[in-house]
This record gives sequence, structure tokens and C-alpha cells, in this order.
Amino acid sequence: MEMGAGTFHTATTLRALGPDPWNAAFVQPCRRPTDGRYGENPNRLQHYYQYQVILKPSPPNIQQLYLDSLTAIGIDPMLHDIRFVEDDWESPTLGAWGLGWEVWCDGMEVTQFTYFQQMGGFDCKPVAGELTYGLERLAMYIQGVDSIYDLDYNGNGVSYGDIFLDNEKQMSEWNFEIANTETLFDLFNKAVGECENCLEAKLPIPAYEQAIKASHVFNLLQARGVISVQERASYMGRVRDLAKGSCEAYMVKNGWAA
Amino acid sequence: MADFLLELLSEEIPARMQAKARVDLERLFVAQLSDAGLKADAVTVYSTPRRLALIAKDLPAQTEAVSEEAKGPPEGAPDQAVDGFCRKNGVNRDQLEVRDVKGRPTLFAVINKPGRDTKDVLSEAIPAIIKAFPWPKSMRWGDASVSTESLRWVRPLSGIVAILGDDLVECEIDGVTSGYETVGHRFHHEGMITIGNAGDYAEKLRACHVLLDQAEREAIVREGAAKAASDGDLELVADEGLVIENAGLTEWPVPLLGGFDSAFLDVPEEVIQLTARVNQKYFICRDKSGKLAPNFVCTANIDASDGGKAIVAGNEKVLAARLSDAKFFWELDQKTALEDHAKKLSNIVFHEKLGTVADKVERVVKLAEWLASLEGTGLHRANPEQTQLAARLCKADLVTEMVGEFPELQGLMGGYYAEKEGLPEAVSNAIRDHYKPVGQGDDVPTDPVTVAVSLADKLDTLLCFFVINEKPTGSKDPFALRRAALGIATTVISNTLRLPICKILEHHYDLVFNDVKAADLAAKKAANPGEDSMQAFGHVGEKPATKLPKEILGFFADRLKVQQREAGVRHDLIDAVFALGGEDDLVRLLARVKALQAFVETLDGENLLAGYKRASNILKKENAEQSDAKPFSYTPEKAEKALIDALDAAQSNVTAAIEAEEFEKAMTALADLRAPIDQFFEDVTVNDSDEDKRTARLGLLARFRSAVHQVADFSKIEG
Repeated sequence: MEMGAGTFHTATTLRALGPDPWNAAFVQPCRRPTDGRYGENPNRLQHYYQYQVILKPSPPNIQQLYLDSLTAIGIDPMLHDIRFVEDDWESPTLGAWGLGWEVWCDGMEVTQFTYFQQMGGFDCKPVAGELTYGLERLAMYIQGVDSIYDLDYNGNGVSYGDIFLDNEKQMSEWNFEIANTETLFDLFNKAVGECENCLEAKLPIPAYEQAIKASHVFNLLQARGVISVQERASYMGRVRDLAKGSCEAYMVKNGWAA
Repeated sequence: MADFLLELLSEEIPARMQAKARVDLERLFVAQLSDAGLKADAVTVYSTPRRLALIAKDLPAQTEAVSEEAKGPPEGAPDQAVDGFCRKNGVNRDQLEVRDVKGRPTLFAVINKPGRDTKDVLSEAIPAIIKAFPWPKSMRWGDASVSTESLRWVRPLSGIVAILGDDLVECEIDGVTSGYETVGHRFHHEGMITIGNAGDYAEKLRACHVLLDQAEREAIVREGAAKAASDGDLELVADEGLVIENAGLTEWPVPLLGGFDSAFLDVPEEVIQLTARVNQKYFICRDKSGKLAPNFVCTANIDASDGGKAIVAGNEKVLAARLSDAKFFWELDQKTALEDHAKKLSNIVFHEKLGTVADKVERVVKLAEWLASLEGTGLHRANPEQTQLAARLCKADLVTEMVGEFPELQGLMGGYYAEKEGLPEAVSNAIRDHYKPVGQGDDVPTDPVTVAVSLADKLDTLLCFFVINEKPTGSKDPFALRRAALGIATTVISNTLRLPICKILEHHYDLVFNDVKAADLAAKKAANPGEDSMQAFGHVGEKPATKLPKEILGFFADRLKVQQREAGVRHDLIDAVFALGGEDDLVRLLARVKALQAFVETLDGENLLAGYKRASNILKKENAEQSDAKPFSYTPEKAEKALIDALDAAQSNVTAAIEAEEFEKAMTALADLRAPIDQFFEDVTVNDSDEDKRTARLGLLARFRSAVHQVADFSKIEG
């Protein structure tokens, strides 16, 4: 499924709700249409990978676990400058916020580190710690290359650029210039309708997936520049209502009180 | 006497919060001590990214013992009353003492509060301080966070060191217990450090690569960055905000010099500086000729094993990517003419009750053009076509990518893009500078086109928000109207512009009103036809078209008082001139106030003011506010006659001088009244038994008062 970040995945958003412990790690392909640079920027892409880790409740040694993971993949903290720089996280579309940092490696943000405080408008009880690693950026450090496109993809002569450069060019063009906006508006409305349909049937997981679809289509519409500032707030409000509604249904389905 | 050390160890505290956290820690600690009757000789607070610390010198080992007495009921009072008294004071009946109070045996309780161990006071104070700590944002974490009532801190709190003398101060809060142990630098030191006391704390940390004192880290950043630049034959652009921020991000700061591709220097300098500063917290550098150099200084948090080579290389990569993005925006924005960017302003809401930014621009265009056409104001020097064009394009950069990324570059980017388009210099200057002056000390526009657009923009904003009744109240000024008014006043005065502000606002009123109505209508979608939308904003009585400009003028008077305070202009004198009403030319007003101030500070002025107050008091007491110029039915006394003559002369002289805007001359003319009014009070009885004389003399005083009021309302003058 297309989504802007690993945070959107059901294994993060929905599992952050309720009292049950949850520890998960997975690779999440991400799409952020407005970040497209037609393959011309060495480290900004509209499609990239995150390594998403969620630890609930947040363990007391979570920072050390994280730093050990960097060492484990070959980043020497006596050679590189690792820093925790304030970056509070807020997702208006998920009705969620948390406090944490962006972790810098030599001035580059390589990980987003967040203690979730609220999700879907509900207090997180207990709080989950989320670690979102930027895989390409970390790989650049480890391989010592200046551009994502120069990353060695398989150790056998295939570069990241071989696989994704053309993808970035074409997708940037489509996101910014070609995508049929009528179709997109239609897709948005259909996802909204289907989400509501699922909510009515008390199926929070598929409902939430439709909310994610709507969110991505909204991002595409933004990239096409067809949503005015006034409309923007109202579209975001609609997506937020869907996401919150799904979270609420998930809480209810599991019998958890807010 | 013993020194006390407190360290609150946590995960990384945001740099921007550390300064206030130190102040708060000291304040809360001192308050806790003083509640217990304790006082430290000196309290010093420190912060690093991972710890807040406090050292208090020379605390006594115990609080002082206190003995208090409470007076109870008389001896022999009912048991209930005596028991109640005992309960309240925590004593037994047999501990009560009987004393004589005015001949009556009365029960007394003596309550001895023994001194408490300071250690015990501290072990209660520490959790209290932690619970009360006012972080701007705080969070829950870990197992305890199953409850929303769990401990909150800025980031997870991981340890407490609390040592009085050499003794541990035991305390516990939400599973975090105090101890002797803390940690050193994240990467330079593994394992725990054991602290002995307040005396060895800083040095033990230093040995583990933690510089406790923020001032020391700041000095290293400040001087180290300057040195890194000069080692590269460059000069650092000093930035104290960055010094403090970098010191708040590091426990062991190491400034390092890096560079970037000089091809990025095509991008405006301000953009490069912002990118480096805001996104990366780097200093920028200039070469010997003062030009921006393709270099930066970053601050690492480690003494890297390779001397920082890898760190510099990494940071260079990041900045290159950031600048590459900025260059992308810079080039992309230029592909669209400002005129076309401006079209998108109709998508941006200026205010829900005022329509879009495009609507605002339309009004600013019309007002700026009209201002530039006003003869004799000093603004007619602005070229009308250029004024119109600049006003039309002044907000266009709001929709550019660059301003989207860096909102603080508004105006500046528009100016650059206008220059690149080859628009006249006056136009690009006006686009760039029309937001100015933004605060006291900011440059004030002088170019006529810029001034016209800047004034039109701010006057429109001011009137708009007054029309929709969104005026500043108390400390709240969400639309920065005070700043706008101050900007207008400063621009008008420093350019000596003769603008009739009320007249201008009255002229502009209809345009604003129409847009407000349109926005209102659009909002209501004609839901309540027939409702007078202006009533909805609370405008009743006098027509808002004339009432609001007067109100705004009063708003200007207040701003002017603040602005002129530094120049030593008295606020009461500004009030005295404003109170006359009708003066909306700020330049003339200020000239009059200054002349008045010079006058009231002379002996003549002081005496005249005294005479004025005496005359006013008599008039008020006699309730004789009118000055009917009746012919005299008797022969006036000598002093009366002298005053009449002086008034005849003064009235015409003052009027003539004021019309000629010769305010000093007007004051001199007024000064001529001083001797006659003094003599009048000396020789003449106002409250004469002859009704005719009394009426005539009151009339004379009223005439005197209105003569003085030609210059200013002296009743507003203090002293």
C-alpha cells in the first residue's frame, strides 16, 4: 500500500493503541509525491525505504539499543557525530503527536525517534517508542557514496540508480504534471466512501487502510497543486476524521476504554 | 555547613529549552529551601543536553528549631472546646499551660518544632521540584505510562544524583531513585561515574568528556568557530544564537570547518545563510573581501578518532543536498513571472472575514496609487506606474517555493525575482522592503515607491482589522497591528510626510467595507439575508467610516507615545495635543508637541500652567463652562483690562502662528499671557458679590482657557 511513512502502517498506528505490549520491525516503502526531484537531488526522492521499529512500552534503554543498532550496521560513533536534535512529531492526519528527536549523523537526519503520546486522538497507554531509520541515507554512510543513486544495491554491480533513477524521473513527472486530477478526486471520494462503509460494518482494519489510501491520494492532489489553501484544511480534516474513526473503532472492537 | 549537588539526568533536552530550565530549577529550589527556612550561600545551575544540575553552597545541616505559642480558650471552658484546641495544635491536654490574659486565666499551647535535618528537607524537595517543573512540553514514557497520571518530564528522566556534603540525599520518584552515579559523554566514556560530592562533580565529568558549564561550552563554540574560520583564511559571521544552540546540543563541542561547491553561490546569500543556520545550525563565513565564502563551520560533539575528517565530509554532503534543494527552488521560481505567481494569491486566505490575499493586494494597489497622487504630502514623488506595479507584485513571492520553505524570506525573494525579471529598481526595492520597518531599529524605507506601498499595505491592514473588530487587547495582538501602526508612524515621521491619516482611512474605508461584505456574504452564503453585516461587528451609532479612523488615530497616539519615549518626548504632552482633536498629521503633531515641551519646561510655561489650573478649578467649581462674551457693564479694573488686552493679542497671534505652523512662536504668544493672568489673580476678586462682575470675570477666565487650548489641552499635562 502507498503511504508516506512507516508510521501509517497498521502495525504502528493501530498497534500503538491499547494496553498490549507490541514489538515490531519491518521495512516500509514510502511515497511522498511532493518530495520528487526528477532524480536530480542526491538525497531527496519521492519513493524510498524506511526501517520501522516500534517498541511498546518504550524500554528504559531504548536510546542505547538504538545506538547499538547503528554500531551493528557499521556506523562508528567515534568517527561519526551522532546527535539527538529536538524534533517533535505531529500528524494532523492521524490525530497523533509525540516528542522525540531527529537523530543526526554528521548533520544528516538518519532516524526519527519518537515517543508516541497520542494516536487517533487517544492517549497512548502505555507509550510506544518509534524508531524510523532512513535506509538509503544510512547506506550512503556505510558505503561512503555522495548520492543515493550511487548506492551498491546487491554487491554485484547493480546500483540503486539502475533500479530507481528512471522510476524517480517518471514518477516525479506523473506526480507533478500528468496525473489526472479528476481521477484523483474520484479516487479520494471513493476511498472516503469505502472507509465509511467499513466503519459502519465495524471493520476497523480495512477502514483504516481506506483512510491511508485517501491520505495518499490527497498527497498526489497536493503535488498537482490543485488544492487551494482553504480546501487543504478541509481535506486534511476529512482524512483525520477517517483515521480517528478507524482508531476509535479499533479501540471499541478490542474493548478498550479511552 | 555542607554543599549540595543535584543532577537530573535525562535523555536529550532540547537546546532551546535549557536556559529557561536552569532559571526554573534555581527558582523552584530556592523556594523549597525558603519554605523550610533554609538559605544557601550561593546557588549555581548548569545544563548540558543530558542533564540539569544545581550546586548550592554552604547549607546548614539542620533547619532552625522554632517554638510557637497558640492562645486557646479560657481555663474551665467546656471540654469540647479544649479538646478541639488540643487537636488543632497536636498537643495533649496535660501539655497546656495556663497564663494570665488581662486578669483571666487562659490556656496556651506551646508547640516546639525541632530543627529538621536538611537532608530530609531535600529528599522531599527534590520530588516536589520535579513534579512542579514547568517544561513547555512534557511527556510520559515506559512501563509507568499505562497511566496518564505517570511522571512527566521533557524527555525520559533516567537518574538523580543528590549529595549533601558527602552524604546521599535519598529520594525516589516514579521508580527513579537517587544515587551517587551518573554517566559521562555518550561515546567518549562507557559505564557509570561515581560522584563524591559537589566539589568533584564538574571535574569528574570533565575527565569523562562532559563540560558541565554551558558558559564554557559557549566560549569554545564562539572562539573555536572563529578560529576554524581564520585557519581557513576566512572570517566567521558571528551569531550568538547559534553559539548558544550548539552549546546546548553538545557536551564536548568541537567546531570544524567545511566547504561547499562555489556553484551554489548563485543562490542569494540570505538563502544560503538560512539553510546553513536553520536546518543545519552551521555558521557561515566571508572571505577577506567580505563576500560570502563557500564554507561553513559546524560543531561536532566528539573528538573524532580521525580528527573530524569523516564528520566534515558528512556535513558537506548534507549541506550540498540542502543547497541543491534551495537552488532547485530558486531556479523553479524564476520560471514563472511574478505577475503569474500573483494570480495564485486568490488561493490564499488573508483572513476569513477579509477575503484572500489577492483581494488585499487589490486594495493595496488602489490605496498606494491614491497616496502617490496626493499633492503636498511628500509621496507624490513616487512614480505612479512603478507604485502600481510594485503594489501589484508585493505579495507574489508568498506562493513561491522558496518562501514556502523559508517564510522569513518574504519580500526579499520577491525583490530578487523582480530584479531577475528586469523590473525597474524602484519596483524590486519596494517589493523587497515594503514590510519594513519590522521593529524598532529596523531600516525605515525612504524610496518614495517603497514608502507608498509600505504605507498602503500597513494602513489597509490596520483599517481591515478595526473594521472586523479584531483590535489588540492587552498583551494579545495576533495580527501585529501595533507593529503596523508603529511602522507607519516611524515611516511618516522619518520621511517628514504630511499625511492626513484620518482622511486617508476615510477614503479607503469603502474598499475595505465592500470586501468585508463580500467575504461575509460568501461565508454566510446569503443564509441570513437582510442582516446588516456591520452591526454584526458591533458598530453602532456614529458611521464607522468616520468613527473608525478617529479610533485608529487614538491607536496611533498610543504607539507614538511608546516610540517617542526614547527620544524623551513626554507622553502627557502628546495626549494634550491629541486631545484637541482633528490633528491627524503626525509630523505637525509632533512638531507641536516638541514646541510645547520646550515651553512647559520654562519658567513662563510652568507659571502659565499653574494659572491655567487655577482658572480651570474656579470654572469647574462655579460650573461656568461657557464663555459668553458679554459687553462689560462696569469699568474693568486695571488688571482685568490688562488681561483682556493680552487675550485679544494672544488669540490672534496664536492662531496666526499655528496656521503658519510656527509652533515656537505660538508658545511665545501664549507666554505673553503669563504676567497678565498672574496679576489678575493677584488683584481681582473673581467671586465678587456683584453678579455682573462675577459673570464677566468667569467669562474672562473661560476665554483665557480657550486661548490656551488653541495650543494644547493643558488639563492633560501632568505636574
